[in-house]
Amino acid sequence: MSERPLPVTEEELHAYVDGELPAERHSAVEAWLASHQDDAARVAAWRAQIEAIRARYGATATEPVPARLDLDRLMRRGRSWRTIAAAAAFAAFVFGGAAGWIVRGATGVGPSGFETFTLDAIDAHKLYAVEVRHPVEVPGSEADHLVQWLSKRVGYDLRAPDLKRLGLKLVGGRLLPGPTGAAAFFMYENTTGERFTIYSARSNGPDTAMRYNVSGKCSAFYWVDGDVAYVVSGQAEREELSKVAAAAYEQFDPRTAHKGNS
Amino acid sequence: MTIPALRRYARALTRDAETADDLVQDTLVRALRSEHLFHGGDIRSWLYTILTNLNRNRLRSLARRPTLTVLGDDDAPDMAGPEAGSRDIERALASLVDDQRAALLLVVLEGLTYREVAEVQGVPIGTVMSRLARARAQIRAFLDGERPALRRVK
Repeated sequence: MSERPLPVTEEELHAYVDGELPAERHSAVEAWLASHQDDAARVAAWRAQIEAIRARYGATATEPVPARLDLDRLMRRGRSWRTIAAAAAFAAFVFGGAAGWIVRGATGVGPSGFETFTLDAIDAHKLYAVEVRHPVEVPGSEADHLVQWLSKRVGYDLRAPDLKRLGLKLVGGRLLPGPTGAAAFFMYENTTGERFTIYSARSNGPDTAMRYNVSGKCSAFYWVDGDVAYVVSGQAEREELSKVAAAAYEQFDPRTAHKGNS
Repeated sequence: MTIPALRRYARALTRDAETADDLVQDTLVRALRSEHLFHGGDIRSWLYTILTNLNRNRLRSLARRPTLTVLGDDDAPDMAGPEAGSRDIERALASLVDDQRAALLLVVLEGLTYREVAEVQGVPIGTVMSRLARARAQIRAFLDGERPALRRVK
């Protein structure tokens, strides 16, 4: 092999300026700049731009934050006490500056309510989502009956969220054992046969904001509203699953359930 | 500690203090509505994402109502010294396409990695790189074009 280094690309020059260049390319880029005046001038100009931008706007971050951006105030204007509970958790992260705020057992709850509940729901998802002939006890065509029956068994008013907007059709539902009694289980399917399930049961855990959990190929979004917990499970990417969870959440919220949007 | 950074980003993005704080407020209100709470990942990136999208929407609706578009006061006399430099960079930023400006500011002002910017803007890293490259080339050309005006004042 020759001694000549690989030529330096423009992308590498940007990465160099932005501190994203892999360490092993540093000396190559520096050698390149020493012998290529045009590129050296470009790099110098980019650095001057960075300095000018920081000089112009950097100080904004040290100004006192105006009252209207005060999180406490904004939170009090929230829709409901539950929003406030979610917001308080959110605020803790904003002020704490924590990255990766949705993690398993993040709030020190340990492998208790949250973990076991979602794992129960994911297990149910895994068990029934692959079922071809008998995925549900009551088909989606009898949705009214299904919802009435499950509501009676779990002891609170349920509804089967309408997820048509996301291309999901209600396959149906079934009754399952839950952690403290009965659990309701709804199954949805898109046109390619991909299935999503919603599991709901009474929970004695505290209210939580939406949380995310993964178990093998399945993942789930979980939240507690009052004394009822909901888990939305699927095998989709998180982004897609979060849309399903968001739509379900909105419709389970008694304040927004009957409106088209919130 | 996140809110001051959001204000900084918004200020540079809009180059107007009031508009910037409006954006930050809208971002926080939207974030506090819990249906938006569950995208996961880094909360800072997520807030930058909301703010970037809100700003894009804002610019779109401004474009639909051209009479409301606020233009820089280009009639103001050029000044020498640091003031002139900061006005130059402001106008250079204003000359950028929105997505390029956001990419550049997220990298150089907010310190996001290319990967994070790709996530915020919802595009591949290669697109972030080309936005960055175009933004830098445009600012350089803009400032080169401005320079004669400054020399005249000297």
